[in-house]
Amino acid sequence: MRKSYGERVVLDVDELSVEKGEIFALLGPNGAGKTTFTEILEGLRSHDSGELSVLGEDPRRATAAWRTRVGVVLQDSQDYAQLTVREILEHFASLYAGARDVAELTHAVGLHEQRDQLARQLSGGQRRRLDVALGLVGRPEVLFLDEPTTGFDPEVRRQFWELILDLRREGTTIVLTTHYLDEAEHLADRVAVISAGRIVDVDTPQRLGGRHLAKAVVGWNDEHGAHRMETEDPTGAVLELAGRYGGDVPQLTVTRPTLEDIYLHMIGDNA
Amino acid sequence: MSASATKESITAPRLALPLWKVAVARSTLEIKQFFREKGQVVFTFGMPLLMLVLLASIFKQHIADTGVDAQQIYVTGMLGVGIMATSFQSMVLQVVGERANGTLKRLRSTPMPKSAYFAGKVAVVLVSSLGQAVILLGLGTAFFGLKLPTDPARWLTFAWVFVLGIVSCTLLGLAYSSYVRPQSAGAMVFLPVIVLQFISGVFIPFNQLPHVLRIIASFFPMKWICQGMRSVFLPDTFRPYEPGHSWGHGQIALALGAYAVVGLLVCLKTFRWKSRNDG
Repeated sequence: MRKSYGERVVLDVDELSVEKGEIFALLGPNGAGKTTFTEILEGLRSHDSGELSVLGEDPRRATAAWRTRVGVVLQDSQDYAQLTVREILEHFASLYAGARDVAELTHAVGLHEQRDQLARQLSGGQRRRLDVALGLVGRPEVLFLDEPTTGFDPEVRRQFWELILDLRREGTTIVLTTHYLDEAEHLADRVAVISAGRIVDVDTPQRLGGRHLAKAVVGWNDEHGAHRMETEDPTGAVLELAGRYGGDVPQLTVTRPTLEDIYLHMIGDNA
Repeated sequence: MSASATKESITAPRLALPLWKVAVARSTLEIKQFFREKGQVVFTFGMPLLMLVLLASIFKQHIADTGVDAQQIYVTGMLGVGIMATSFQSMVLQVVGERANGTLKRLRSTPMPKSAYFAGKVAVVLVSSLGQAVILLGLGTAFFGLKLPTDPARWLTFAWVFVLGIVSCTLLGLAYSSYVRPQSAGAMVFLPVIVLQFISGVFIPFNQLPHVLRIIASFFPMKWICQGMRSVFLPDTFRPYEPGHSWGHGQIALALGAYAVVGLLVCLKTFRWKSRNDG
């Protein structure tokens, strides 16, 4: 699947499939093509060549019935500033047969107390939660979230994660783009790293970029200073050290590469 | 090369809602939104009212042998300005803004039929234009010697000139909005409108304009709307001052009708739901 603007190929994706009911995260630096890719999947932009199917249909030929089944949370919206949270949600609910209950929805995204506030009076994070609620209002089977938690404080972000995991339990397929690696790690069943318009790797957060094969680092400090040892067998190394120090290894740490380490490494290779 | 997301549906496809229901929902929302945007309301309604009060207070001369004062001509002119303000101007500004702030993109991602969006726009234009006309006519009769016609035929003329004027200007506004960038929307809208006001017989009686300007004006809807409004609210004694000494109803209907068709075609061909740099 390919998308270009003039001569410039902005997206070139080989084989990629998202399973029903999974949470799939797209990671990548700004300008890598995450939003372009998502908007192609949402039927808001069209690709130039290749095959693409979302819920069995080509999003370029999206019908109203297809759009009923797809929920979209775009980046950065400022629409309907003069309407209240409830008015906006009730309006969008009226566009779908079998829409979610608005009161239930405001509770779920934590906007119940703000339900009679105008959209322009909401804080950045509250506005974002309204966007998420609008993506959910039609009970979509597939939900696309483009950087949904930008501007959330840590507590609200946790609540949001719970909401997303609840949706998965209900069987919703979720495709999200994010800058936050902890978010991808916490939520995603699988992660795709996209860099300069290409998918670099697709795997579970635990295995991405050969993370599970990467060496662990065992570190400790003694009177000679700091020591650091890369090993494929950290347990053995620790046991050996324990023997050497006769019990307690001073300031022992065992670290495995974080998703962030792996990600930065992958982006670095492809930048 | 293929990329695919979830293939099967989880539930059976849901039935679409009837179009009229969605159109009513859009219309209610648009009207609510329009009247909450205080700046826009004051501007859209205020401009023609202010211009009427100023012009009609300054220029009061009597037009020989007609029983008509300049004041009443200004009322009819401002009805034309009002229609342009509530249809063309506010349509361009609204749609350009909505394209920039994500409204249109979001709507595109919902099952809402496109026609419901346009229906909502027509509804808000209809409501605001009617409100505008009522205020202008009220002001005209109260202070500027305007006599409301009693002949139903004249009100019938008012109805079709008004509706054709609104429909054509709304569609032209929607079509024009695709060529306007949000940063320059104000200038791109007011420049042509102000020029048209000068050459369409709003400020200066149409028969006093140079021939070339009258020809140019007849290529735009405003001239025809103003002429139609004069034919409703000025007595037949004013007819000698009109082009061809006639109200020219046939030409008005033809010109405005043609504009509605052209506007609709351009709209269907070029209306964009995304901003220019959105690909």
